[in-house]
Amino acid sequence: MSARATAAVPSPDVWRASQARRRWSGWLFYGLAVVSTMMGLVMLGALLFDIFTDGARQVDWHFLSNYPSRIADNAGLRSALLGSLWMLAFTAIIAFPLGVGAAIYLEEYAPDNWLTRFIQLNIANLAGVPSIVYGLLGLGLFVRWLALGRVVLAGSMTMALLILPLIIVASREAIRAVPDSLREGSYALGATRWQMVRQTVLPSAAGGILTGTILALARAIGETAPLITIGALTYVAFDPNGPLDIFTVLPIQIFNWVSLPQKEFHSLAAGGIVVLLVVLLTANSLAVYLRYRMQRRLQ
Amino acid sequence: MINLRIDTRASDVAVSPSENGQSDVILMTRNLNFWYGNTLVLENIDCDVRPREVTAIIGPSGCGKSTFLRCFNRMNELIPTARIAGSVVFRNRDIYDRAVDPVEVRRQVGMVFQKPNPFPKSIYDNVAYGPRVNGYKGDMDEAVETSLKRAALWDEVKDDLKKSGLALSGGQQQRLCIARALAVQPDVLLMDEPCSALDPIATTRIEDLIRELREQLTIIIVTHNMQQAARISDRTAFFTVAESGAGTLVEFNDTQQLFTTPSDERTEAYITGRFG
Repeated sequence: MSARATAAVPSPDVWRASQARRRWSGWLFYGLAVVSTMMGLVMLGALLFDIFTDGARQVDWHFLSNYPSRIADNAGLRSALLGSLWMLAFTAIIAFPLGVGAAIYLEEYAPDNWLTRFIQLNIANLAGVPSIVYGLLGLGLFVRWLALGRVVLAGSMTMALLILPLIIVASREAIRAVPDSLREGSYALGATRWQMVRQTVLPSAAGGILTGTILALARAIGETAPLITIGALTYVAFDPNGPLDIFTVLPIQIFNWVSLPQKEFHSLAAGGIVVLLVVLLTANSLAVYLRYRMQRRLQ
Repeated sequence: MINLRIDTRASDVAVSPSENGQSDVILMTRNLNFWYGNTLVLENIDCDVRPREVTAIIGPSGCGKSTFLRCFNRMNELIPTARIAGSVVFRNRDIYDRAVDPVEVRRQVGMVFQKPNPFPKSIYDNVAYGPRVNGYKGDMDEAVETSLKRAALWDEVKDDLKKSGLALSGGQQQRLCIARALAVQPDVLLMDEPCSALDPIATTRIEDLIRELREQLTIIIVTHNMQQAARISDRTAFFTVAESGAGTLVEFNDTQQLFTTPSDERTEAYITGRFG
């Protein structure tokens, strides 16, 4: 009895000091988080404002349908836009099946041993390799060794290498998010591993896989360095009509205009950036929409 | 101390197998040992399961009940470090024989899990999943309807078979999982604590269903609930953790006998609530 009495109940003051400090640090962190968010938003807003005031009035049908020219008034980005779209299409055709296939292998088939872990670590690291290194690889491998030349296909293959790690990492995350209870349920009905993957894992992971792929493609459309490295042209006055045509892309055209001394070309560059941003935002909205639709279908 | 009431309906169905002329064995384990990595989880299990009976497996947590259940349809081998020794014989064939494809075993030995796990697909597609992956050639609409009726879910869902399986209540989801398992016409249905995530009313419905299904197939059910084992099973196996740390089969007998006159003192201690 007496022992219990001496174990005195601490006075409420013991807690008060700590509570004030905790509340204060809570507010501090809240403030920091808001400032961080604002920094990003303000920068983005300033950038968009600057580009659109300068570039938006450049963008019209004339701008989209004309080839580049030495005379600023006649110049357009038709060949660059088409080149970007061709390159994007073939990059997707190459990178999507390879990336998703690799992700399926790593998540559903590969045994958990040191080799698998080594491969996984390296894929994660590949996502951080500077893009110009991929450009050099593409130049050596596709342009020279395979003797493709400086064509759309060589650019697409280089870009596919560049975004493959991104697609693999995103697809693996999406596949891993599929609960094991669904895999067990499928196996318990007599499904083979491939049936289980095809009919249970892939439909559930499709939203995440598509989002990851589209975001990776959005990265590809904005890349410049690897394409300059493999020797994509800066002045193209004809339409690229297939994977084996030489080409240029939007970022290269923009870079080209920016590097000219005349002010009119700088406005054209801003217009090009607007077009590039519209293509990018369209791709991203598509990703968001697809993810939303997949999730709704599954619930 | 828990007072065990044995439901009269349960004792009605607990006809001794010899009266039915069904004293044969559909599933049999001999010297079954099971490891996760280097840990022995099941030790020397000999167990005979008779056809068209409900066999309940009870025992304290960690005694390997679920692991034992999953030996019957080779689900354990999906865990990388699992290792098994001894034999599991299904219709006179060792299902762990090299020539046996686990995919074929799992069609004949179906399974219902602890937590309802319908696929994120429509009710129809959930039930049709098994027949489809197994290359069923018959009338799919009929197969789906029959399976849903056998699982006592048809009347509740017949008007919206296109609705997602996930939109159903927990108890309905579990009956959907039972319908899904029945759709591939298994001979044996393994149930791993199928009611543990359900409310009492949903539980009662599943128990009624188990009694009906008993007429058509063999059911092995793991349960934490001793009253449930007493209510629905013909025979009960009591597992416990041996001193070695491995799960072991202590007693396997007619349910009524096991609960009223257990022959092992560990069984008695468990069913009277002294441990576990």
